[in-house]
Amino acid sequence: MNLNELTVIEAIRGLKERKFSTLELVKDCLERIKKLDSKIKAFVTVCEKEALEEVRGIGDDVPSGIRPLLGIPFAIKDNFCTEGIKTTASSKVLENYFPVYDATVVKRLKSAGAVIIGKTNMDAWAHGSSTETSDFFTTKNPWDFTRLPGGSSGGSAAAIAADMAVGAIGSETAGSIRQPAAWCGVVGLKPTYGRVSRYGVIAMASSTDSPGSLTKSVEDAALILNILAGKDESDATTSSKPVLDYLRGIRGSRGIRGIRIGVPKEYFVKGIKEEVKTKTLEAIEVFKNLGAKIREISLLEPKYSVAVYTILQRSEVSSNLARYDGIRYGNERSYFGDEAKKRIVMGTYTLSAGYYDQYYLKAQKVRTLICQDFEEAFKKVDLIIGPTSPSTALPIGASKDSVMFGELQDILVEPSALAGLPAINLCSGFSKEILPTGVQIIGPHFSEELILKVGYAYEQTTEWHKRKPKL
Amino acid sequence: MRIKQILIGLEIHIELKTKSKMFCGCSAESFGKEPNTLTCPVCLGLPGALPVPNKKAIEWAILLGLALNCQIPEESKFDRKNYFYPDLPKGYQISQYDKPFAICGWLKIKDKNENIKKIGIRRVHLEEDTAKSIHTMVNGEKVTLLDFDKSGIPLIEIVTEPDFNSVDEVLEFCKKIRQIVRYLEISDADLEKGQMRLEPTVNLLLEEEGREFFTPLVEIKNINSFRFLKRALEYEIERQFQEFSRSRVQKTSGNKTTRGFDENKMTTFEQRHKEEAEEYRYFPEPDIPPFRISEKLMSNVKCQMSNVELPEAKEKRFLEKYDLNDSQVEILTEEKELANYFEECVGCGKDEGANPQEIANVIVNKRIDFKDLSPTEFVRKIGESKSKFTLTESEIASLVDGTIKENPQVVDAIKKGKTQAIGFLTGQVQEKAKGAADPRKVQSILREKLDLSEKTKGAADFNKT
Amino acid sequence: MKNSKLSEGEVRHIAKLANLTLTEKEVKKFQNQLNETLAYIEVLSELNTDTVEPTSQVTGLKNVVKEDLVKSSISQKEALSGGKSKHDDYFKVKAVIEK
Repeated sequence: MNLNELTVIEAIRGLKERKFSTLELVKDCLERIKKLDSKIKAFVTVCEKEALEEVRGIGDDVPSGIRPLLGIPFAIKDNFCTEGIKTTASSKVLENYFPVYDATVVKRLKSAGAVIIGKTNMDAWAHGSSTETSDFFTTKNPWDFTRLPGGSSGGSAAAIAADMAVGAIGSETAGSIRQPAAWCGVVGLKPTYGRVSRYGVIAMASSTDSPGSLTKSVEDAALILNILAGKDESDATTSSKPVLDYLRGIRGSRGIRGIRIGVPKEYFVKGIKEEVKTKTLEAIEVFKNLGAKIREISLLEPKYSVAVYTILQRSEVSSNLARYDGIRYGNERSYFGDEAKKRIVMGTYTLSAGYYDQYYLKAQKVRTLICQDFEEAFKKVDLIIGPTSPSTALPIGASKDSVMFGELQDILVEPSALAGLPAINLCSGFSKEILPTGVQIIGPHFSEELILKVGYAYEQTTEWHKRKPKL
Repeated sequence: MRIKQILIGLEIHIELKTKSKMFCGCSAESFGKEPNTLTCPVCLGLPGALPVPNKKAIEWAILLGLALNCQIPEESKFDRKNYFYPDLPKGYQISQYDKPFAICGWLKIKDKNENIKKIGIRRVHLEEDTAKSIHTMVNGEKVTLLDFDKSGIPLIEIVTEPDFNSVDEVLEFCKKIRQIVRYLEISDADLEKGQMRLEPTVNLLLEEEGREFFTPLVEIKNINSFRFLKRALEYEIERQFQEFSRSRVQKTSGNKTTRGFDENKMTTFEQRHKEEAEEYRYFPEPDIPPFRISEKLMSNVKCQMSNVELPEAKEKRFLEKYDLNDSQVEILTEEKELANYFEECVGCGKDEGANPQEIANVIVNKRIDFKDLSPTEFVRKIGESKSKFTLTESEIASLVDGTIKENPQVVDAIKKGKTQAIGFLTGQVQEKAKGAADPRKVQSILREKLDLSEKTKGAADFNKT
Repeated sequence: MKNSKLSEGEVRHIAKLANLTLTEKEVKKFQNQLNETLAYIEVLSELNTDTVEPTSQVTGLKNVVKEDLVKSSISQKEALSGGKSKHDDYFKVKAVIEK
């Protein structure tokens, strides 16, 4: 087997058992990238030199308690600052930007011994759900090169689906982990807002941005969360809640019998692809057979979340992108792409004189209603399950169809993102076009342990996550 | 037409002397440092950086609020003030908009009739400083150079109500504020170093034939001394009067302007139209959770307050306790260090036989240079000069007479031009006096009796004190 | 919600506030796109929020501060490394009007 096809857990085990070396593992990934990436274009920067340098430094050491990810190749979304490695957010403004510091997530991965294999492509500034609004190039969906991988963490999702890396890091503002995970058939974990530090992540919407992972299995997501989660002195919005051992939580699980799962009827939106719907219902059946108690619930219509998210996100974006004036770094503002300019203009408008109350303030109030809606729901159920995306991977060019493509595609993930809730995407099957469908599990704040347990149980019972595209 | 009333409101920025900056761990001591050596991703506005507020700065803002008799609301937060300028690295300044740390306070000053007047303080809030801009020429081109060492230093902004009706009131208020922040030890408030910045807003209420008119509001920036503050306001008041006579333009809600102050010409000049609050697109800072001022924090700050005796209280106590007059007390309490020094001297004085009034007198009239003296040394010196020179002038005069009579040849020599010989005579007098004669008095009495002018001084053996 | 249709003049004004230079074509394009988006978000007027408090922080955290301690800064070289236009050890820009 090619070592790049391993999961993180499998690779760690293999290295510990000295079945292969770190060098072999990293080389297999690099070769896979060489073979496929000219077509898939998941990477903005491949860190071959740095990775091999790392490997040399690791020598004969194997993963251990202090460095649990030693030698494991990771792909990192290009909005995470990596010291000395070009970081662009897939934008021409930062096309030659080399950060002088590491994001906290990157620091923790490096402390754990992970090897950065490359920086992945994204929608520029994370503004999108397709990865075709990257200022550089469009990433292709490994399942069908004429289709999009989703976004904005499309590069990371594609890298995992195509086994170009063993683990990958992404970020979600509203859907940017879950949706590309759904379209690419991989596990995408978006932790609770404040569970993982945003320090060093190029900001999109400060009040919802959540770093997370794209992986081949739920166990991998749990292990990575162990390493990334926790309070950071440099990020005032991180939580002091203790970090559990999420991996032990999964393994020590005695099944999901009795867990109450709610299915919001409003999430089966008009226009949802039929197969997405059927696969979601099949997944629910699986949970039922595992002993979970299923009930239909009613949540606020997602269309309100789309409006709230559009206003709040674009307002925060307009402010967060103000620092890019070309003076201290980067190119000046004329280098912004259309999508960025559009969002900045709208966000500036919704915050401006005479319109703040009508838009921004109103959106914040409706956000309260959305949060309360979930709080009420979680009094009756432990978790919420529904489809992740209303469709499977759309064809290249689809994002040009609508002025709000990103926000509309993410209709099913925006409510939970606005409330800061944790959620995971799992592959729930394949359409007749052999495109992955995704199901999402949403939980209350800091319920990652439960979500991962349930996700793991689903994975043990189904085989979807084992399927790979023919490449 | 006449000026019926002058109306002035004030915005004062105080640079806090915390060790670190407002939202990051860089040192806040930027004075005299090489450019761009005290920066980090946060204060440089690098992609991905996040702010974390400095606890001390917040405590000091509340402390100052209490010293200015403000209410401290239970809830407070930071907001983003969005605008573009090269010295603003994030494209927004983290400041406070509608929930500042302190509101509705006041400070008493004396108006021109020596009546006590309360100046209303609308708010006291925290924000971060911008980078330093240097406007200069490089290779024949007009440029602005930027140094981000100053970026992110904590600033307190004090906004008053437009309660000032004269330039002197404004000056007195500013001096009091400076004194208070120095007493609280939260800022050195050195205007020249930009640690205290003054921005008055002034307009006039004019009256003509029974009708009243308000002139448009003018904010004046770039004033970095009290002297310039006075000149700028005086100039501006006159200018507004003349301007109205000419243009008859009255105050509206949209015609507030900003003027700079030209130190060379001592005039104000038009700058740009003040941006309205809405153009700043304030919204709550999402990267910093809001504050609920807890009882614990309040009691902590109140405790800090109780350890500081503010100027007004100290003045009152000095008047009562030490039986001094107003002007002595004012001088002694102007700076906390001097006031403390005085009291330490009083403490030592008990043993050395120097009473508070004597000590105050010597300090105020600078009879002895006490700069490098410890309180003990100072008091001893007072004792010395007191007990040493017990002879009165007439007593000294008779000793001098005696010395002159006894040394006719020396006197002769002196009168013929050998002025150095005065030293010998002085020595003779001092011997007779056994050190109890003030040398200065000996000198002057000797010269008088020898009919010598001041010009021949200098060669004498002066006992310099 | 009042009927909001942006005029070209408003778009230009916003672009100025946002420090963006837009071509005439872009002004028109954004005007249309914005108006379309604004029409969509009208949907919020269906919800009554008269007695609802706004949420700007979903964490529920309060009073997060740091101690007044000095940590090391980045070097001058690192600080200046990203700037294209410099003079001596300063960032250099074309002269701007004094604030």
